[in-house]
Amino acid sequence: MAQALTHSEPHIGDRPRPAKNYLNETTGLWSWMSTVDHKRIGVMYLVAVLSAFFVGGMLALMIRLTLLTPSHKLFGKVLIDADTYNRVFTLHGAIMVFLFIIPSIPGSLANFVLPLMLGAKDVAFPRLNLASFYLWCTGALLAVTSMIFGAVDTGWTFYTPYSTTTQNSVGLMTMAVFILGFSSIFTGLNFIATVHKLRAPGMGWFDMPLFVWGTYATAVIQVLATPVLGITMVLLALERVFNIGIFDPKIGGDPVLFQHFFWFYSHPAVYIMILPGMAIISEIIPTFSRKTIFGYRAIAYSSVALALLGFLVWGHHMFVAGQSELATVVFSALTFLVAIPSGVKLFNWLATMYKGNISLETPMLYGISFILLFAIGGLTGIFLGALSTDVHLTDTYFVVAHFHYVMMGGTVIAFIGGVHYWWPKITGRMYSEKWGRVGCSLVFIGFNMTFLTQFFLGSKGMPRRYYNYLDQYQPLHAFSTFGSWVLGLGLIITAAYLLASLRKPMDAPDNPWGGTTMEWLTSSPPITHNFEDQPVLEHEPYDYRPKVKKHA
Amino acid sequence: MEWFRSIMLPPQGSAFAAEVDTLYMFLFWLCSVLFVGIAFAALYFAYRYKYTPGRVTPHITHNTTLEIAWSVLPLILCGWIFFWGLNGWMKYSVAPGESMEIQITAKKWIWTFEYPDGSRTANDIHVPIGKPVKFIMTSDDVLHDFYVPDMRVKHDIVPGRYTEVWFTPTVLGVHHFTCAEYCGKGHSDMNGKMTVDNETDFKKWLETGGDDWKNYTPEVWGQMQRDQKGCATCHSIDGAKGQGPTWKGIYGTMVKMNDGKSYLVDDAYLQESMMQPNAKVVAGFEPIMPSFQGLLHPQDIRGLIAYIKTLK
Repeated sequence: MAQALTHSEPHIGDRPRPAKNYLNETTGLWSWMSTVDHKRIGVMYLVAVLSAFFVGGMLALMIRLTLLTPSHKLFGKVLIDADTYNRVFTLHGAIMVFLFIIPSIPGSLANFVLPLMLGAKDVAFPRLNLASFYLWCTGALLAVTSMIFGAVDTGWTFYTPYSTTTQNSVGLMTMAVFILGFSSIFTGLNFIATVHKLRAPGMGWFDMPLFVWGTYATAVIQVLATPVLGITMVLLALERVFNIGIFDPKIGGDPVLFQHFFWFYSHPAVYIMILPGMAIISEIIPTFSRKTIFGYRAIAYSSVALALLGFLVWGHHMFVAGQSELATVVFSALTFLVAIPSGVKLFNWLATMYKGNISLETPMLYGISFILLFAIGGLTGIFLGALSTDVHLTDTYFVVAHFHYVMMGGTVIAFIGGVHYWWPKITGRMYSEKWGRVGCSLVFIGFNMTFLTQFFLGSKGMPRRYYNYLDQYQPLHAFSTFGSWVLGLGLIITAAYLLASLRKPMDAPDNPWGGTTMEWLTSSPPITHNFEDQPVLEHEPYDYRPKVKKHA
Repeated sequence: MEWFRSIMLPPQGSAFAAEVDTLYMFLFWLCSVLFVGIAFAALYFAYRYKYTPGRVTPHITHNTTLEIAWSVLPLILCGWIFFWGLNGWMKYSVAPGESMEIQITAKKWIWTFEYPDGSRTANDIHVPIGKPVKFIMTSDDVLHDFYVPDMRVKHDIVPGRYTEVWFTPTVLGVHHFTCAEYCGKGHSDMNGKMTVDNETDFKKWLETGGDDWKNYTPEVWGQMQRDQKGCATCHSIDGAKGQGPTWKGIYGTMVKMNDGKSYLVDDAYLQESMMQPNAKVVAGFEPIMPSFQGLLHPQDIRGLIAYIKTLK
C-alpha cells in the first residue's frame, strides 16, 4: 500500500500510533550501545554533540566574562589569568569546531533523517556508523584528558612553531583531532554510499530532498579534505616527538607550510559546517511557506559548487602570513566566486517565500533568523576577501565576528532550527511553541548583541586572542559580554522546554508541519525499520499542489 | 561622512589608510543596502503572505531570467570590488626604492628595532613624517605580526624568513602598534608606541634618545621605561612571580643565583643584568632575558635603577 499525502494541511491523527517504535522496541543501556540503527546512533550523536556545545558554550561565557573589564576583576579579584585565558579560548575553539559543529548536523540530524528521506531502512554501512560514533567518543575523551593535563594554549589552529615548542599537552589534543577526523570520514563515506545506493524506487538524483543534496556535498568534502588534516597532525606529532624539521625553522622546517596544510583542510571544513546548515534551511523554508522550493536545481548545484570552490580558497586565511603575492591575488579572486552560489541560495529562499502561505512556528523563526544572520556573515566576508581592507581587518575582532555569524548565526542557528523541525519525528513529542518563540527571540537578540559589536571592535583595530586590551575598547567589550548572557539565557530556556517536552506522553502527529519529504510518511517516532512498506516516490520534492489521495 | 568614518575606524595616519578607508566605507554602505533589502524581503513576505488555512500557493519552480540576473550582477559587482582591493594591495606590497629601512626583530614579548645608523630601540620608535619607512622583519621564536592600526598595515613575522611592510606616515604624534598573531602568554602586552616626528626632532631622537626624560624625575622616567621597553612583561612590581624575578624589595638584598652563589643587588648588579642578563641568573628562573645593550640610553638605566630603589 503506497501512502500519499495532501500537502497543504498538517496530518493529525491519520492513523493510530504503532505500539512499538525505535525507542521502545528494545530497552536497556546495552541495546543502545550496541545498536546499529541509524536513528538511535543519531540520537546518541545528538546528546553527545549538544553536551560538547554546552561545554564550549560555558567556555565562551568565561571568555566574555574575562573581557568584561580591562582589569579582568570581578568582585575585586582576578578570576582568570593570561595563561588560563589562552587555554580557555583554545578549548572553546577546538571543542566547538571539532567536537560540535563539524559532527553536529551530519552526525545527529542527517544520520536520523537522511535514510528516512530516501525511503531507506538504514544507512549503507550501519556498523561503520556506530564505529564513527565511538571514534567521536574516543576523540572527545582524549580532548578532555588533554584539558586535565594542563590544557593546550595554541589556539584551535595549532600554528607552528608555537605549537611545536609549547610545553603543553598538544600531543593529546592533536591525537584527538586525528581521531575525530576519522569519525568524520566514516560518516561521509557512509552517506555517499547511502545516497548512491539506497534511494527509494522512482527517486532520481533530482527528486532527492535538498537536505540530501547538501549532506551529500558535505560528505564529499569530509572524505576528500579530512585526510589532509590527519596527515598534518601526524607531521606535527613527528616534529614534536622525533624532532624532525617540518614546520619549525630552527630545525629546518617552514611554519607557513603548516598554515597551507591546516587551511587546506580547515577551509573546506567551513563548508562541512555550513552546507548542512543551508540544507536544513532548504527544508524549513518551503515547508513553512507551503510552497514549492524556488530554483531546486540551482540550490542543488550551488551546494556542489560551494563544495568544489571550498577547496580552492584556503589561501585567503593567509593574505598577510607570508605566502607569495601572486598566490594572494589569485586566492582573493577565487574567494569572490564563493559569493555567487551563496547569494543564489539566499535569493532562492526569499523567492520561495514570495506568495507563500507562511506560518511562523519555531523552526521557521530559526529559518528566517538564519537568512538574516547568514546575510550579515556573508556580506562581511566581502570586506575580508578584498585585499586592501583585509590587511587592516584580518586577525582582529572583525574576523571573529564574521566567522561567528557564519558558524553560529549560520550553522548553529540552522542546527537548532533543524532540531525543532525534526523534534516531533525524533521524540514523538511536541514542545511548547510559546517558549520556543521566547527562546528563539532571546537567542537572536543575544547573538547580535554579542557579535555585531565585535565588527566595530575589529574595525577599530582590536586584535583577536587578546587578554589585555586598551581602555578605549571597554564599552564595546562590556556590551558584547552582556549580549553573551542574553544568548546564554535563550539557549538554556531552549534546552529546558525541549527536555520538559520529554516528560509528557507522545503527542506528535506523523506530519506536524505538512512536510512533503518521506520522513513525514512514517510514524512519529518511526518504527525500527522506518517504514511499514517501501515508500515509492509519487511526486517531485516540495510539490504543494493539491493532490487527490490515490489510496485510502 | 567624515564623522561617521571616524566612529567606525581608527584615525588615519598614512596615505594607505585613506585608501583602505574609502573601500571600507563603500563596502559598509553597499552591504548595509543589500542587507536591508534581504531583511525587508524576508520580513515583508512573512507578513504579506501570512498563513491562511486552505490557501493554495502558486507552483513556481524557477525563473531563468531572474536567476541569471542574480548570478551575473553580483559577479560583476564582486569583480569590481576585487580589482579595487587589488589596487590598494599593490600599493601596500611594493615599497618605494628610497624608503628608510628599519629592521624589526620580534621575540616573545618584545619588539626590537634597528635603524640604518645602527641605533636600536625597544617597543618605542620614532619615524620622520612624509618619508616612506620600510620595516624588514624577522622573529627569534614563534610567529608574530606587526600591526599599526592607524596606518592600516599588518604583516606576519615569520621565524627563519624576512617579511616586509611599509607606509608613509602623514600625521604627527603617537600611533600605537601591536602584535596581531597569537604568541602566548604575553601576546596582548606585546605592543608599543610609534611617534611620528618632523625631520629635526627625528634626527635628534635618533642621536640621544630624545630629551623627553628631562621633563621627569629619574624615578618616574624609570617607571615609564619599564612599560615601554617591555620589562613589565616579565618583572612584576607587586611581588608576583613572573617569567623573571619581581622587582619589589629586591634592591639592597642578597640574592641566590643559579650557580649557587649569592650576590648583593646594587647599582652595578642591576646594570649588568640589563646589559648581560645571563651572567648571573636568579635561582629558580630560566636564562631567557634578552640583552638591552644599545636599547637603553644612560638616562634610561639611571631611571630604572632609581625606580627599582623605590619599590620597597
